[in-house]
Amino acid sequence: MHYVIAGAGPAAIAAAEHLRELDGDSEVTLIGAQAQPPYSRMALPYFLTGKVSEEGTYLRRSEDHYENHGLKLVHGEVTAVDPISHAVTLIDGQKINYDKLLLATGAEPIIPPVSGMDDPRVQQCWHLEDAQRIIELAKPGARAVQVGAGFIGCIILESWVLREVNLTVVEMGPRMVPRMLGEKAGGLLQSWCESKGVTVHTNTQVKAIESTPDELQVVLESGEICPADVVIVSTGVKPRLHYLEGCDIDVDLGIVVDAHMQTSQPDVYAAGDCAQGLDFSTGETAVHAVQPTATEHGRVAAANMAGANNLPYKGSLNMNILDTLGLVTCSFGAWEGVAGGDSAEMYNPDNHQYVNLQFKDDVLVGANSVGYHEHLGVLRGLIETQIPLGEWKDRLKENPIGLVDAYQGVNQAALQNG
Amino acid sequence: MHKALVMEVDACTGCHQCELMCSYGKVGAFNPAKSVMDITQYDGGAINVPSTCTQCQEAWCMVVCPVQAITVNPSTGAKEVSAEVCVGCKVCTIACPFGAINYDPDSGVVTKCDLCGGEPMCVEACPTTALAYVAEDSTGYDKMLRSATLAAGLDAPRA
Repeated sequence: MHYVIAGAGPAAIAAAEHLRELDGDSEVTLIGAQAQPPYSRMALPYFLTGKVSEEGTYLRRSEDHYENHGLKLVHGEVTAVDPISHAVTLIDGQKINYDKLLLATGAEPIIPPVSGMDDPRVQQCWHLEDAQRIIELAKPGARAVQVGAGFIGCIILESWVLREVNLTVVEMGPRMVPRMLGEKAGGLLQSWCESKGVTVHTNTQVKAIESTPDELQVVLESGEICPADVVIVSTGVKPRLHYLEGCDIDVDLGIVVDAHMQTSQPDVYAAGDCAQGLDFSTGETAVHAVQPTATEHGRVAAANMAGANNLPYKGSLNMNILDTLGLVTCSFGAWEGVAGGDSAEMYNPDNHQYVNLQFKDDVLVGANSVGYHEHLGVLRGLIETQIPLGEWKDRLKENPIGLVDAYQGVNQAALQNG
Repeated sequence: MHKALVMEVDACTGCHQCELMCSYGKVGAFNPAKSVMDITQYDGGAINVPSTCTQCQEAWCMVVCPVQAITVNPSTGAKEVSAEVCVGCKVCTIACPFGAINYDPDSGVVTKCDLCGGEPMCVEACPTTALAYVAEDSTGYDKMLRSATLAAGLDAPRA
Protein backbone atom coordinates (compact mmCIF):
# COMPACT_ATOMS: atom_id res chain seq x y z
CA MET A 1 0.00 0.00 0.00
CA HIS A 2 1.41 3.40 -0.98
CA TYR A 3 -0.02 6.39 0.85
CA VAL A 4 0.87 9.75 -0.68
CA ILE A 5 0.34 12.98 1.24
CA ALA A 6 0.39 16.30 -0.61
CA GLY A 7 1.70 18.69 2.04
CA ALA A 8 4.08 18.62 4.99
CA GLY A 9 2.33 20.74 7.61
CA PRO A 10 0.70 19.67 10.90
CA ALA A 11 -2.22 17.79 9.27
CA ALA A 12 0.14 15.99 6.91
CA ILE A 13 2.60 14.96 9.62
CA ALA A 14 -0.18 13.88 12.03
CA ALA A 15 -1.63 11.73 9.24
CA ALA A 16 1.72 10.27 8.17
CA GLU A 17 2.66 9.24 11.70
CA HIS A 18 -0.76 7.74 12.36
CA LEU A 19 -0.63 5.82 9.05
CA ARG A 20 2.72 4.44 10.12
CA GLU A 21 1.22 3.30 13.47
CA LEU A 22 -1.82 1.70 11.83
CA ASP A 23 -0.22 0.15 8.76
CA GLY A 24 3.39 -0.68 9.56
CA ASP A 25 4.29 -2.26 6.23
CA SER A 26 2.98 0.52 4.03
CA GLU A 27 4.93 3.08 2.07
CA VAL A 28 4.25 6.69 3.12
CA THR A 29 5.41 9.62 0.97
CA LEU A 30 5.02 13.28 1.97
CA ILE A 31 5.36 15.97 -0.70
CA GLY A 32 6.31 19.37 0.79
CA ALA A 33 6.74 22.59 -1.14
CA GLN A 34 8.98 24.33 1.41
CA ALA A 35 12.76 24.08 1.30
CA GLN A 36 13.13 23.57 5.06
CA PRO A 37 12.28 20.47 7.09
CA PRO A 38 8.54 20.50 7.92
CA TYR A 39 7.92 23.47 10.19
CA SER A 40 5.06 25.03 12.10
CA ARG A 41 3.57 28.34 11.02
CA MET A 42 2.23 28.60 14.57
CA ALA A 43 5.80 28.86 15.81
CA LEU A 44 6.79 31.68 13.42
CA PRO A 45 5.66 34.49 15.77
CA TYR A 46 8.07 33.10 18.38
CA PHE A 47 10.84 32.99 15.78
CA LEU A 48 10.03 36.65 15.05
CA THR A 49 10.38 37.61 18.72
CA GLY A 50 13.63 35.67 18.97
CA LYS A 51 12.24 33.20 21.52
CA VAL A 52 13.20 30.25 19.30
CA SER A 53 15.68 29.69 16.48
CA GLU A 54 14.64 28.52 13.01
CA GLU A 55 15.11 24.92 14.18
CA GLY A 56 12.72 25.70 17.04
CA THR A 57 9.89 26.07 14.51
CA TYR A 58 10.34 22.55 13.11
CA LEU A 59 7.43 20.17 13.64
CA ARG A 60 9.71 17.37 14.81
CA ARG A 61 12.88 17.62 16.84
CA SER A 62 15.37 15.25 15.30
CA GLU A 63 16.71 15.50 11.76
CA ASP A 64 16.25 11.78 11.14
CA HIS A 65 12.73 11.63 12.62
CA TYR A 66 11.07 11.00 9.25
CA GLU A 67 13.62 8.45 8.13
CA ASN A 68 13.37 6.65 11.48
CA HIS A 69 9.61 6.39 11.08
CA GLY A 70 9.86 5.20 7.51
CA LEU A 71 8.33 8.39 6.12
CA LYS A 72 9.69 9.55 2.78
CA LEU A 73 9.93 13.32 2.34
CA VAL A 74 9.86 14.60 -1.25
CA HIS A 75 10.59 18.28 -1.91
CA GLY A 76 8.21 19.48 -4.58
CA GLU A 77 4.89 21.06 -5.33
CA VAL A 78 1.86 19.11 -6.52
CA THR A 79 0.45 20.75 -9.66
CA ALA A 80 -2.16 18.20 -10.69
CA VAL A 81 -4.14 15.26 -9.33
CA ASP A 82 -5.52 12.49 -11.52
CA PRO A 83 -7.97 10.39 -9.48
CA ILE A 84 -8.59 8.03 -12.39
CA SER A 85 -4.99 6.90 -12.89
CA HIS A 86 -4.22 7.40 -9.15
CA ALA A 87 -1.28 9.75 -9.73
CA VAL A 88 -0.14 13.24 -8.79
CA THR A 89 2.11 15.43 -10.93
CA LEU A 90 4.81 17.64 -9.43
CA ILE A 91 5.99 21.01 -10.72
CA ASP A 92 9.10 19.39 -12.26
CA GLY A 93 6.92 16.99 -14.28
CA GLN A 94 7.57 13.99 -12.02
CA LYS A 95 4.56 11.69 -11.54
CA ILE A 96 3.97 9.83 -8.28
CA ASN A 97 1.44 7.00 -8.16
CA TYR A 98 -0.66 6.42 -5.07
CA ASP A 99 -3.06 3.82 -3.71
CA LYS A 100 -4.55 6.39 -1.34
CA LEU A 101 -3.94 10.11 -1.44
CA LEU A 102 -4.31 12.76 1.27
CA LEU A 103 -4.57 16.40 0.21
CA ALA A 104 -3.12 18.46 3.06
CA THR A 105 -1.87 21.43 1.11
CA GLY A 106 -2.83 23.96 3.76
CA ALA A 107 -3.68 27.58 3.22
CA GLU A 108 -2.12 30.61 1.59
CA PRO A 109 -2.39 34.30 2.40
CA ILE A 110 -5.09 36.41 0.77
CA ILE A 111 -3.51 39.36 -1.03
CA PRO A 112 -5.83 42.37 -0.95
CA PRO A 113 -6.55 43.77 -4.42
CA VAL A 114 -4.92 47.17 -3.91
CA SER A 115 -2.13 48.86 -5.81
CA GLY A 116 1.41 48.92 -4.46
CA MET A 117 1.39 45.41 -3.00
CA ASP A 118 4.44 44.48 -5.10
CA ASP A 119 6.81 46.95 -3.40
CA PRO A 120 9.63 45.01 -1.67
CA ARG A 121 8.86 46.90 1.54
CA VAL A 122 5.42 45.28 1.61
CA GLN A 123 5.71 41.89 3.28
CA GLN A 124 3.51 38.89 4.01
CA CYS A 125 4.07 36.81 7.11
CA TRP A 126 3.48 33.23 5.99
CA HIS A 127 6.67 31.38 5.14
CA LEU A 128 9.83 31.11 7.21
CA GLU A 129 11.55 33.31 4.61
CA ASP A 130 8.91 36.02 5.19
CA ALA A 131 9.70 35.98 8.90
CA GLN A 132 13.42 36.31 8.14
CA ARG A 133 12.71 39.28 5.86
CA ILE A 134 10.52 40.93 8.50
CA ILE A 135 13.33 40.65 11.05
CA GLU A 136 15.55 42.59 8.59
CA LEU A 137 12.91 45.26 7.95
CA ALA A 138 11.76 45.79 11.54
CA LYS A 139 14.47 48.17 12.73
CA PRO A 140 13.96 50.06 16.01
CA GLY A 141 12.14 53.33 15.32
CA ALA A 142 10.85 52.15 11.93
CA ARG A 143 7.24 52.99 11.09
CA ALA A 144 5.21 49.90 10.34
CA VAL A 145 1.65 49.56 9.14
CA GLN A 146 0.08 46.17 9.62
CA VAL A 147 -2.88 45.55 7.36
CA GLY A 148 -5.25 43.14 9.06
CA ALA A 149 -5.86 42.29 12.71
CA GLY A 150 -6.90 38.67 12.42
CA PHE A 151 -5.38 35.62 14.13
CA ILE A 152 -1.95 35.95 12.58
CA GLY A 153 -1.87 39.73 12.83
CA CYS A 154 -2.67 39.73 16.52
CA ILE A 155 0.03 37.20 17.37
CA ILE A 156 2.80 38.88 15.36
CA LEU A 157 1.96 42.30 16.83
CA GLU A 158 4.23 41.47 19.74
CA SER A 159 7.31 41.06 17.60
CA TRP A 160 6.90 44.58 16.20
CA VAL A 161 6.48 46.11 19.63
CA LEU A 162 9.46 44.17 21.03
CA ARG A 163 11.53 45.45 18.11
CA GLU A 164 10.55 49.01 19.09
CA VAL A 165 8.79 49.63 15.81
CA ASN A 166 6.09 52.33 15.72
CA LEU A 167 3.09 50.26 14.78
CA THR A 168 -0.25 51.16 13.21
CA VAL A 169 -2.82 48.41 12.65
CA VAL A 170 -5.58 48.73 10.05
CA GLU A 171 -8.51 46.31 10.24
CA MET A 172 -11.44 46.41 7.82
CA GLY A 173 -13.75 44.61 10.26
CA PRO A 174 -15.65 46.40 13.02
CA ARG A 175 -13.14 45.23 15.67
CA MET A 176 -9.92 43.28 16.12
CA VAL A 177 -10.17 39.52 15.31
CA PRO A 178 -13.83 39.88 14.31
CA ARG A 179 -14.10 36.20 13.36
CA MET A 180 -13.08 35.07 16.83
CA LEU A 181 -14.11 37.74 19.32
CA GLY A 182 -17.38 39.55 19.99
CA GLU A 183 -17.73 43.30 20.36
CA LYS A 184 -16.72 43.64 24.02
CA ALA A 185 -13.84 41.16 23.77
CA GLY A 186 -12.53 42.78 20.57
CA GLY A 187 -12.87 46.21 22.20
CA LEU A 188 -10.82 45.13 25.22
CA LEU A 189 -8.12 43.76 22.93
CA GLN A 190 -8.02 47.07 21.04
CA SER A 191 -7.76 49.20 24.18
CA TRP A 192 -5.03 46.84 25.47
CA CYS A 193 -3.02 47.30 22.26
CA GLU A 194 -3.52 51.06 22.38
CA SER A 195 -2.30 51.11 25.99
CA LYS A 196 0.92 49.48 24.71
CA GLY A 197 1.46 52.27 22.18
CA VAL A 198 -0.09 50.65 19.09
CA THR A 199 -2.37 52.78 16.90
CA VAL A 200 -5.45 50.80 15.85
CA HIS A 201 -7.88 51.72 13.05
CA THR A 202 -10.93 49.49 12.66
CA ASN A 203 -13.78 49.69 10.13
CA THR A 204 -11.51 50.97 7.41
CA GLN A 205 -9.83 49.43 4.40
CA VAL A 206 -6.58 50.21 2.69
CA LYS A 207 -7.28 51.88 -0.67
CA ALA A 208 -3.74 51.96 -2.03
CA ILE A 209 -0.10 51.73 -1.04
CA GLU A 210 1.91 54.49 -2.71
CA SER A 211 5.66 54.13 -3.02
CA THR A 212 8.24 56.88 -2.86
CA PRO A 213 11.98 56.21 -2.57
CA ASP A 214 11.92 57.34 1.09
CA GLU A 215 8.73 55.82 2.35
CA LEU A 216 5.46 54.06 1.68
CA GLN A 217 2.16 55.84 2.07
CA VAL A 218 -0.74 53.69 3.10
CA VAL A 219 -3.92 55.40 1.92
CA LEU A 220 -7.00 54.46 3.91
CA GLU A 221 -10.57 54.53 2.64
CA SER A 222 -11.27 57.21 5.25
CA GLY A 223 -8.78 59.43 3.41
CA GLU A 224 -6.17 59.24 6.13
CA ILE A 225 -2.60 58.56 4.99
CA CYS A 226 -0.26 56.49 7.20
CA PRO A 227 3.43 56.92 6.29
CA ALA A 228 5.43 53.73 6.70
CA ASP A 229 8.89 52.25 6.25
CA VAL A 230 7.42 48.77 6.08
CA VAL A 231 3.96 47.35 5.53
CA ILE A 232 3.00 43.90 6.71
CA VAL A 233 -0.03 42.26 5.16
CA SER A 234 -1.98 39.76 7.27
CA THR A 235 -5.45 39.92 5.81
CA GLY A 236 -6.38 36.29 6.29
CA VAL A 237 -5.81 33.03 4.52
CA LYS A 238 -7.66 30.79 2.09
CA PRO A 239 -7.28 27.11 1.24
CA ARG A 240 -4.49 26.39 -1.25
CA LEU A 241 -6.31 24.65 -4.10
CA HIS A 242 -5.04 25.91 -7.47
CA TYR A 243 -3.68 22.45 -8.39
CA LEU A 244 -7.24 21.07 -8.38
CA GLU A 245 -8.34 23.19 -11.34
CA GLY A 246 -9.84 20.93 -13.99
CA CYS A 247 -9.85 18.01 -11.57
CA ASP A 248 -13.15 16.36 -10.70
CA ILE A 249 -12.92 16.87 -6.92
CA ASP A 250 -15.69 18.90 -5.25
CA VAL A 251 -14.53 22.24 -3.92
CA ASP A 252 -16.65 24.80 -2.09
CA LEU A 253 -14.84 27.09 0.41
CA GLY A 254 -12.29 24.30 0.71
CA ILE A 255 -12.08 20.69 -0.43
CA VAL A 256 -15.40 19.16 0.59
CA VAL A 257 -14.98 15.99 2.68
CA ASP A 258 -17.46 13.56 4.22
CA ALA A 259 -17.46 12.18 7.76
CA HIS A 260 -14.53 9.93 6.79
CA MET A 261 -12.51 12.87 5.45
CA GLN A 262 -12.91 11.47 1.95
CA THR A 263 -13.36 13.85 -0.98
CA SER A 264 -15.86 13.33 -3.79
CA GLN A 265 -13.34 10.90 -5.34
CA PRO A 266 -12.63 7.46 -3.87
CA ASP A 267 -9.14 6.98 -2.41
CA VAL A 268 -8.64 10.75 -2.20
CA TYR A 269 -8.92 12.34 1.26
CA ALA A 270 -8.33 15.88 2.50
CA ALA A 271 -7.30 17.30 5.89
CA GLY A 272 -6.30 20.53 7.60
CA ASP A 273 -6.52 24.11 6.38
CA CYS A 274 -7.43 23.12 2.80
CA ALA A 275 -10.33 20.91 3.88
CA GLN A 276 -13.95 21.81 4.50
CA GLY A 277 -14.87 19.24 7.12
CA LEU A 278 -17.65 18.68 9.60
CA ASP A 279 -18.08 21.34 12.27
CA PHE A 280 -19.08 20.02 15.69
CA SER A 281 -21.15 23.10 16.60
CA THR A 282 -23.24 23.47 13.46
CA GLY A 283 -23.33 19.99 11.95
CA GLU A 284 -22.46 21.74 8.67
CA THR A 285 -19.06 21.78 7.02
CA ALA A 286 -16.54 24.58 7.50
CA VAL A 287 -12.92 25.53 6.94
CA HIS A 288 -11.49 26.18 10.41
CA ALA A 289 -7.83 26.62 9.53
CA VAL A 290 -6.67 26.06 13.12
CA GLN A 291 -4.12 23.64 14.55
CA PRO A 292 -6.45 21.45 16.66
CA THR A 293 -8.73 20.84 13.68
CA ALA A 294 -5.75 20.17 11.41
CA THR A 295 -4.23 17.49 13.65
CA GLU A 296 -7.62 15.86 14.26
CA HIS A 297 -8.34 15.87 10.53
CA GLY A 298 -4.96 14.29 9.88
CA ARG A 299 -5.50 11.49 12.38
CA VAL A 300 -9.09 10.78 11.34
CA ALA A 301 -8.17 10.78 7.65
CA ALA A 302 -5.29 8.39 8.34
CA ALA A 303 -7.54 6.03 10.31
CA ASN A 304 -10.05 5.92 7.45
CA MET A 305 -7.37 5.55 4.78
CA ALA A 306 -5.83 2.61 6.63
CA GLY A 307 -9.09 1.15 7.90
CA ALA A 308 -11.47 1.20 4.93
CA ASN A 309 -13.60 4.13 6.08
CA ASN A 310 -14.55 2.64 9.43
CA LEU A 311 -14.15 5.75 11.60
CA PRO A 312 -16.83 8.40 11.08
CA TYR A 313 -15.90 11.79 12.51
CA LYS A 314 -18.32 13.79 14.62
CA GLY A 315 -16.70 17.04 13.55
CA SER A 316 -14.18 19.44 15.02
CA LEU A 317 -14.89 22.08 17.60
CA ASN A 318 -13.56 25.40 16.36
CA MET A 319 -11.25 26.91 18.95
CA ASN A 320 -8.65 29.61 19.10
CA ILE A 321 -6.28 31.14 21.59
CA LEU A 322 -4.23 34.28 21.04
CA ASP A 323 -1.66 36.04 23.16
CA THR A 324 -1.43 39.64 22.05
CA LEU A 325 1.24 41.57 23.95
CA GLY A 326 0.46 39.49 27.03
CA LEU A 327 -3.34 39.62 26.84
CA VAL A 328 -4.75 36.12 26.30
CA THR A 329 -8.02 35.85 24.37
CA CYS A 330 -9.79 32.67 23.42
CA SER A 331 -12.89 31.41 21.68
CA PHE A 332 -14.70 28.09 21.48
CA GLY A 333 -17.52 26.77 19.34
CA ALA A 334 -20.67 28.83 18.95
CA TRP A 335 -19.28 31.89 20.75
CA GLU A 336 -21.76 34.11 18.92
CA GLY A 337 -24.63 32.14 20.43
CA VAL A 338 -27.36 29.96 18.95
CA ALA A 339 -31.02 30.60 18.14
CA GLY A 340 -33.16 30.36 21.26
CA GLY A 341 -30.02 30.16 23.41
CA ASP A 342 -29.06 31.82 26.64
CA SER A 343 -25.88 33.48 27.85
CA ALA A 344 -23.84 34.56 30.85
CA GLU A 345 -21.38 37.43 30.88
CA MET A 346 -18.75 39.04 33.09
CA TYR A 347 -17.18 42.29 31.85
CA ASN A 348 -14.40 44.01 33.75
CA PRO A 349 -12.86 46.56 31.39
CA ASP A 350 -10.59 48.06 34.07
CA ASN A 351 -8.72 44.75 34.30
CA HIS A 352 -9.14 43.81 30.65
CA GLN A 353 -11.10 40.74 31.71
CA TYR A 354 -14.17 39.29 30.08
CA VAL A 355 -16.01 35.98 29.97
CA ASN A 356 -19.00 35.24 27.77
CA LEU A 357 -20.67 31.85 27.90
CA GLN A 358 -23.31 30.69 25.43
CA PHE A 359 -25.82 27.98 26.29
CA LYS A 360 -28.44 25.95 24.49
CA ASP A 361 -30.86 24.86 27.21
CA ASP A 362 -28.46 23.81 29.98
CA VAL A 363 -25.57 22.79 27.72
CA LEU A 364 -22.57 25.03 27.08
CA VAL A 365 -22.12 25.55 23.33
CA GLY A 366 -19.60 28.38 23.02
CA ALA A 367 -17.40 30.87 24.85
CA ASN A 368 -15.19 33.93 24.56
CA SER A 369 -12.70 34.96 27.20
CA VAL A 370 -10.24 37.79 27.64
CA GLY A 371 -7.56 38.07 30.29
CA TYR A 372 -7.67 34.49 31.59
CA HIS A 373 -5.22 31.71 30.88
CA GLU A 374 -5.92 29.02 33.49
CA HIS A 375 -7.90 25.81 32.92
CA LEU A 376 -9.35 27.07 29.63
CA GLY A 377 -9.47 23.47 28.41
CA VAL A 378 -12.48 22.75 30.64
CA LEU A 379 -14.48 24.88 28.19
CA ARG A 380 -13.72 22.30 25.51
CA GLY A 381 -14.61 19.49 27.91
CA LEU A 382 -17.98 21.02 28.78
CA ILE A 383 -18.86 21.90 25.19
CA GLU A 384 -17.76 18.69 23.52
CA THR A 385 -19.30 16.29 26.04
CA GLN A 386 -22.58 18.27 25.86
CA ILE A 387 -22.94 17.38 29.52
CA PRO A 388 -26.11 18.93 31.03
CA LEU A 389 -25.12 21.63 33.51
CA GLY A 390 -28.29 21.36 35.62
CA GLU A 391 -28.08 23.68 38.65
CA TRP A 392 -24.56 24.70 37.61
CA LYS A 393 -25.98 26.75 34.75
CA ASP A 394 -27.61 29.14 37.24
CA ARG A 395 -24.40 29.31 39.23
CA LEU A 396 -22.50 30.17 36.03
CA LYS A 397 -25.03 32.87 35.20
CA GLU A 398 -24.30 34.41 38.59
CA ASN A 399 -20.56 33.89 38.35
CA PRO A 400 -19.32 33.08 34.81
CA ILE A 401 -15.72 32.75 35.96
CA GLY A 402 -16.57 29.79 38.21
CA LEU A 403 -15.99 27.44 35.29
CA VAL A 404 -13.69 24.97 36.98
CA ASP A 405 -16.16 24.58 39.87
CA ALA A 406 -18.93 23.92 37.34
CA TYR A 407 -16.79 21.46 35.41
CA GLN A 408 -15.89 19.46 38.52
CA GLY A 409 -19.40 19.84 39.92
CA VAL A 410 -21.24 18.42 36.91
CA ASN A 411 -18.75 15.59 36.58
CA GLN A 412 -19.02 14.65 40.24
CA ALA A 413 -22.82 14.77 39.98
CA ALA A 414 -22.72 12.56 36.88
CA LEU A 415 -20.47 10.07 38.67
CA GLN A 416 -22.77 9.90 41.72
CA ASN A 417 -25.77 9.30 39.48
CA GLY A 418 -23.97 6.97 37.10
CA MET B 1 3.50 -1.74 34.03
CA HIS B 2 3.22 1.98 34.69
CA LYS B 3 1.76 3.33 37.88
CA ALA B 4 -0.98 5.93 37.95
CA LEU B 5 -1.85 8.85 40.17
CA VAL B 6 -5.29 8.12 41.58
CA MET B 7 -7.52 10.78 43.09
CA GLU B 8 -10.31 9.89 45.52
CA VAL B 9 -12.77 12.76 45.98
CA ASP B 10 -14.50 11.38 49.08
CA ALA B 11 -11.23 11.19 50.99
CA CYS B 12 -10.07 14.74 50.17
CA THR B 13 -10.40 17.20 53.05
CA GLY B 14 -9.28 20.23 51.04
CA CYS B 15 -6.15 20.81 53.12
CA HIS B 16 -4.15 21.92 50.02
CA GLN B 17 -0.97 20.21 51.26
CA CYS B 18 -0.64 18.56 47.84
CA GLU B 19 -0.73 21.93 46.05
CA LEU B 20 1.95 23.33 48.34
CA MET B 21 4.28 20.37 47.85
CA CYS B 22 3.61 20.27 44.12
CA SER B 23 4.57 23.90 43.67
CA TYR B 24 7.61 23.38 45.89
CA GLY B 25 8.69 20.50 43.67
CA LYS B 26 8.01 22.42 40.46
CA VAL B 27 9.31 25.92 41.21
CA GLY B 28 10.89 25.69 44.67
CA ALA B 29 8.22 27.82 46.35
CA PHE B 30 5.12 27.02 48.41
CA ASN B 31 2.71 28.72 46.03
CA PRO B 32 -0.56 26.97 45.09
CA ALA B 33 -0.80 29.17 41.99
CA LYS B 34 2.23 27.29 40.61
CA SER B 35 0.86 23.85 41.47
CA VAL B 36 -0.20 21.50 38.69
CA MET B 37 -2.33 19.56 41.21
CA ASP B 38 -5.47 21.56 41.92
CA ILE B 39 -8.12 21.24 44.59
CA THR B 40 -11.49 22.61 43.48
CA GLN B 41 -13.72 23.48 46.44
CA TYR B 42 -17.41 24.22 46.18
CA ASP B 43 -20.59 24.14 48.23
CA GLY B 44 -18.82 26.19 50.87
CA GLY B 45 -15.91 23.79 51.09
CA ALA B 46 -18.13 20.75 51.63
CA ILE B 47 -16.82 19.16 48.44
CA ASN B 48 -13.15 19.08 47.51
CA VAL B 49 -12.11 17.66 44.16
CA PRO B 50 -8.41 17.01 43.55
CA SER B 51 -7.49 17.03 39.88
CA THR B 52 -4.48 16.96 37.65
CA CYS B 53 -3.41 15.40 34.36
CA THR B 54 -4.45 11.74 34.01
CA GLN B 55 -1.65 11.08 31.47
CA CYS B 56 -4.14 9.96 28.83
CA GLN B 57 -2.88 7.41 26.34
CA GLU B 58 -3.00 9.48 23.15
CA ALA B 59 -2.89 12.82 24.84
CA TRP B 60 -4.64 15.73 23.11
CA CYS B 61 -1.92 18.10 24.29
CA MET B 62 0.82 15.93 22.83
CA VAL B 63 -0.93 15.34 19.50
CA VAL B 64 -1.75 19.01 18.95
CA CYS B 65 1.64 20.49 19.93
CA PRO B 66 3.12 22.08 16.80
CA VAL B 67 6.76 21.66 17.87
CA GLN B 68 6.83 18.26 19.64
CA ALA B 69 7.46 19.84 23.02
CA ILE B 70 5.42 17.15 24.79
CA THR B 71 6.85 13.64 24.86
CA VAL B 72 6.29 10.42 26.79
CA ASN B 73 8.69 9.52 29.58
CA PRO B 74 9.16 5.80 28.90
CA SER B 75 9.81 4.89 32.53
CA THR B 76 6.67 6.52 34.00
CA GLY B 77 4.41 6.96 30.97
CA ALA B 78 4.03 10.63 31.90
CA LYS B 79 3.57 13.18 29.15
CA GLU B 80 6.28 15.72 29.87
CA VAL B 81 6.73 19.27 28.59
CA SER B 82 10.19 20.36 27.50
CA ALA B 83 10.54 23.97 28.61
CA GLU B 84 13.35 24.40 26.07
CA VAL B 85 11.19 23.30 23.14
CA CYS B 86 7.79 24.81 24.11
CA VAL B 87 7.24 28.12 22.28
CA GLY B 88 4.33 29.13 24.52
CA CYS B 89 1.65 29.07 21.80
CA LYS B 90 -0.92 27.68 24.31
CA VAL B 91 -2.81 25.57 21.77
CA CYS B 92 -2.50 22.56 24.12
CA THR B 93 -4.23 24.54 26.88
CA ILE B 94 -7.44 24.73 24.84
CA ALA B 95 -7.09 21.26 23.31
CA CYS B 96 -6.95 19.43 26.67
CA PRO B 97 -10.62 18.86 27.64
CA PHE B 98 -9.63 18.49 31.31
CA GLY B 99 -7.96 21.90 31.58
CA ALA B 100 -4.94 20.03 32.96
CA ILE B 101 -2.19 21.80 31.02
CA ASN B 102 -1.76 25.50 31.62
CA TYR B 103 0.33 28.45 30.57
CA ASP B 104 2.69 30.04 33.08
CA PRO B 105 3.31 33.67 32.10
CA ASP B 106 6.40 33.86 34.34
CA SER B 107 8.26 31.14 32.45
CA GLY B 108 6.53 31.68 29.07
CA VAL B 109 5.85 27.95 28.68
CA VAL B 110 3.09 25.51 29.62
CA THR B 111 3.18 23.30 32.70
CA LYS B 112 1.52 20.02 33.58
CA CYS B 113 1.90 17.04 35.90
CA ASP B 114 4.95 14.89 35.10
CA LEU B 115 4.45 12.47 38.03
CA CYS B 116 7.68 13.94 39.51
CA GLY B 117 9.65 11.31 37.62
CA GLY B 118 7.85 8.48 39.42
CA GLU B 119 7.73 9.82 42.99
CA PRO B 120 4.80 12.25 43.03
CA MET B 121 5.28 14.77 45.82
CA CYS B 122 1.54 15.42 46.11
CA VAL B 123 0.97 11.79 47.11
CA GLU B 124 3.68 12.05 49.74
CA ALA B 125 2.06 15.21 51.10
CA CYS B 126 -1.50 13.87 51.21
CA PRO B 127 -2.47 13.07 54.84
CA THR B 128 -5.47 10.95 53.79
CA THR B 129 -5.99 8.37 51.05
CA ALA B 130 -7.24 10.98 48.58
CA LEU B 131 -4.08 10.70 46.50
CA ALA B 132 -2.29 7.45 45.77
CA TYR B 133 0.24 6.24 43.23
CA VAL B 134 -0.78 2.72 42.30
CA ALA B 135 -0.46 0.07 39.60
CA GLU B 136 -2.66 0.75 36.58
CA ASP B 137 -4.69 -2.45 37.12
CA SER B 138 -5.90 -1.48 40.60
CA THR B 139 -9.57 -0.75 41.28
CA GLY B 140 -8.84 2.85 42.21
CA TYR B 141 -7.39 3.45 38.78
CA ASP B 142 -10.46 1.98 37.09
CA LYS B 143 -12.70 4.27 39.04
CA MET B 144 -10.66 7.33 38.19
CA LEU B 145 -10.58 6.37 34.55
CA ARG B 146 -14.37 6.22 34.54
CA SER B 147 -14.42 9.69 36.01
CA ALA B 148 -11.94 10.97 33.45
CA THR B 149 -13.89 9.39 30.61
CA LEU B 150 -17.10 10.98 31.77
CA ALA B 151 -15.38 14.31 31.99
CA ALA B 152 -14.05 14.08 28.49
CA GLY B 153 -16.93 12.16 26.96
CA LEU B 154 -14.28 10.40 24.92
CA ASP B 155 -11.49 8.05 25.82
CA ALA B 156 -8.76 9.40 23.60
CA PRO B 157 -8.33 11.90 20.80
CA ARG B 158 -10.68 10.64 18.16
CA ALA B 159 -8.99 8.10 15.91
